[in-house]
Amino acid sequence: MKAQRLGAWIAIAIGASYFIIPLLGTLEFSLRMRRGAYSFDAYQSVFSDIQFRETFGYSMLMAVLTIIFGMLLVVPTAYWVRLRLPQVRPVVEFVTLLPLVIPAIVIVFGYLRLYNSSSILPLTGSTSGTNTLLMFSYMTLSLPYMYRAVDTAMRAIDVRTLTEAAESLGAKWPTILFRCIFPNVMSGVLSGAFITFAIVMGEFTMAALLNRPAFGPYLQLVGANKAYEPSALAVIAFAITWLSMGLIQLVSRFQKSVSPKA
Amino acid sequence: MTTTTAAAPLISKRAVIDWLGIAPFAIFALMFLIVPTLYLVTGAFLTPEGAFTFKNLADLFTPSIMSAYWISIRVSVASSLGGALIGFFLAWAIVLGGVPNWIRSGLLTFSGVASNFAGVPLAFAFLSTLGRTGLVTVFLRDWFGFNLYGTGFNLLSFFGLTITYMYFQIPLMVLILTPALDGLKKEWREAAEILGASTWQYWRMVALPILWPSLLGTTLLLFANAFGAIATAYALTGSSLNIVPILLYAQIRGDVLHNPNLGYALALGMIVITGISNILYIWLRMRAERWQK
Amino acid sequence: MAFLKLTNIQKSFGPVQVVHNFDMGISKGEFVSFLGPSGCGKTTVLRMIAGFETPSGGSIVIDGKDQGTLKPNQRNIGMVFQAYALFPNMNVHDNVAFGLKVAGASKADIDTRVKQMLGLIKLGHLADRFPYQLSGGQQQRVALARALAVKPQVLLLDEPLSALDAKIRISLREEIRQIQQQLGITTVFVTHDQEEALSISDRIVVMNAGRADQIGTPFEIYNTPATRFVASFVGTLNIIEAKVIDPAAGSVTIGGQPVSLKEPIASLKGGDSISLALRPEAGSIADGSRGDTALPGEVVSTSFLGSVIRTKLRVGSDVISFDMFNNPGTVPPVAGENVTLRFAAKDLLVIRE
Repeated sequence: MKAQRLGAWIAIAIGASYFIIPLLGTLEFSLRMRRGAYSFDAYQSVFSDIQFRETFGYSMLMAVLTIIFGMLLVVPTAYWVRLRLPQVRPVVEFVTLLPLVIPAIVIVFGYLRLYNSSSILPLTGSTSGTNTLLMFSYMTLSLPYMYRAVDTAMRAIDVRTLTEAAESLGAKWPTILFRCIFPNVMSGVLSGAFITFAIVMGEFTMAALLNRPAFGPYLQLVGANKAYEPSALAVIAFAITWLSMGLIQLVSRFQKSVSPKA
Repeated sequence: MTTTTAAAPLISKRAVIDWLGIAPFAIFALMFLIVPTLYLVTGAFLTPEGAFTFKNLADLFTPSIMSAYWISIRVSVASSLGGALIGFFLAWAIVLGGVPNWIRSGLLTFSGVASNFAGVPLAFAFLSTLGRTGLVTVFLRDWFGFNLYGTGFNLLSFFGLTITYMYFQIPLMVLILTPALDGLKKEWREAAEILGASTWQYWRMVALPILWPSLLGTTLLLFANAFGAIATAYALTGSSLNIVPILLYAQIRGDVLHNPNLGYALALGMIVITGISNILYIWLRMRAERWQK
Repeated sequence: MAFLKLTNIQKSFGPVQVVHNFDMGISKGEFVSFLGPSGCGKTTVLRMIAGFETPSGGSIVIDGKDQGTLKPNQRNIGMVFQAYALFPNMNVHDNVAFGLKVAGASKADIDTRVKQMLGLIKLGHLADRFPYQLSGGQQQRVALARALAVKPQVLLLDEPLSALDAKIRISLREEIRQIQQQLGITTVFVTHDQEEALSISDRIVVMNAGRADQIGTPFEIYNTPATRFVASFVGTLNIIEAKVIDPAAGSVTIGGQPVSLKEPIASLKGGDSISLALRPEAGSIADGSRGDTALPGEVVSTSFLGSVIRTKLRVGSDVISFDMFNNPGTVPPVAGENVTLRFAAKDLLVIRE
């Protein structure tokens, strides 16, 4: 028992140092820009870079659009499958897992061939078309996470009974979906939204190959050309990921404390 | 449900509505997931003129492409095995090691973050730590007079990429394996013990056989996860490390293979490898869940 | 000479003492039940015998050997758990064989023994099944076979029937008792179900808040409960509050009616309160029924329980239940009816607090 506990602590110490040292290294490096003293110069340099603000803003916008359109696609689909088409559930679940199986770079390769300027649907022919395509590609990437989060939330509230109750009270479809279902699966929607946010903010492959000025390619560009700014950006990116995951935890905890009453 | 007095025509109309309900999803999946993939898959079997051929697949077996696959597989295997091993011990420590609860919740929260902390920033983090002027490199040099790069170590190499990938592989293993370890019932251990089994016998005859589908399955998932990753490797090594995703990236940008259809074959190879490991993962998980009842 | 001897066992978890001064000897081949509500310490005592918990004080001796420092895997004890705890990765045969395999028995010996054990629980035809393919009752029988396969000195059963359906519960408890007697194995059975304990035990220990309130045969426990707790937990005894009139003459009042206990009451004086217990089957309101004591009362309710009809009667501020057999032609009393309850004064038990 004692040896076991000692082993556990050793494992945790090794794991923790593996996790923490690179973070410390990054943080330390990001403060080293001024010779001989720690400073926030690298951060200042990053924040004053107009490209940082533009790409960050672009990716934020993309993330928000991805979340909105993704949820408009995923929530009704998950609902419909649970309510009316339980027999296709395995198929839908399999499809939602495909983006984990097919590497992102393969998917975007397909887009570039299928939607190039000489095809029937020349999405890459115009800026707005490419932006749309990028948003759809982000929706594809986040599909496994969004669908799982929403579907789990729907299982918890038993949508069928909820719908029948609403129908028996005379509610119409839009009312049922937006007043009964959406609010009750909010925890799932929010968890899916935050993880999507984290994915989109750091995504590199899709944006780089579609040539859009997103945050991921910008990070890569800075990494190739500057010394200290990349570390500052890594710290910022880590903070964003941490924030998203923290919000997911918060949402699920909030949901737990509310659900017994609901 | 609603009334069904006007039987026959209503039912068929209802069926149409039922299927229309998932039409948006079906169209989305076809347009942005299935057709693009199928396009590449079929392209892999076609000549640039559109005739059927196996030549593209055969061309994959040229030394430069084979070496790309080989190094990709090696990095993926090494990082998934390393991630699985360390991840297993961490999960074991927080579930069965008798450590305080805050360590468990802290590690799980952190794993949620770290498993999603990949891509370009992860490369920066390791460059700042183990690069030529990174924290650990400098620390070892200044305090111990140890020249890390003198040993032949290079972050921009197979080994460097492997330990960088393990940064998201370990947490992923912890996240997936912790519930599996929680599923080991205390009574199994007690039943084995009271029947005379030692701790080692319990692990060998009961716990590990129960866990192995989860363990192996998760390792396969980690493998696929590493195999398809590109951003970290690209930001870390530029195009100096010849792994498949980077080769494909270069091919997409500039047709470096001078044959677009060979690019499709390259992509098909990736799909096949990640697909097989994912299918095995799903199969093993179903096996594991059968026992969890 | 007790085969399993528990002497002055104490157990504390942190500042909370969950077992106090537990003392008892169990003879070889005896079937003893620990009966009590959840949290009374019965499972803790069982787990100390198994070696999963270390007593804070006292000693556990099996067959003359102090178990003090022995680990569970050195004790040669069989145990059956509430949740079956079959190894999910092994089929029935391998589960039963586990203890023998660990002990290093030869393959031939293992096969013979497993066959014998599966015959004992009548599941020989399911040897190749996995636990998830078995019903709860079948799983628990396999768990029993697994525990018995290693020929343990003592068999511990930790609420083995609680997770099962009512019907299976009864048939399996009979099967357990029959196998136990056939093998003559010393057995400790933990349960919170008094009917279960009464039906299969040689002796019962009624536990309350970490102490053994009473140790005795099912007859003694049921008919002469030693404490108010035992009286209320075992069976459906009526607890009647009475007032002492004359301790020397044994006269009291119940709901204002004088009743004579026919024997003096020790250590109480006139005006003191006293609790008396009366079994439901001791009373009757039938015409011509006998008994030296009569109490008039008003029927509150009657409920039909199959073979008996249970009637609740209000006598003063007490409600007293009594049972009558359900004979065809019996007319049950109706609520509001005034009747006279008759019983023998000797059936009134004085309960010590």
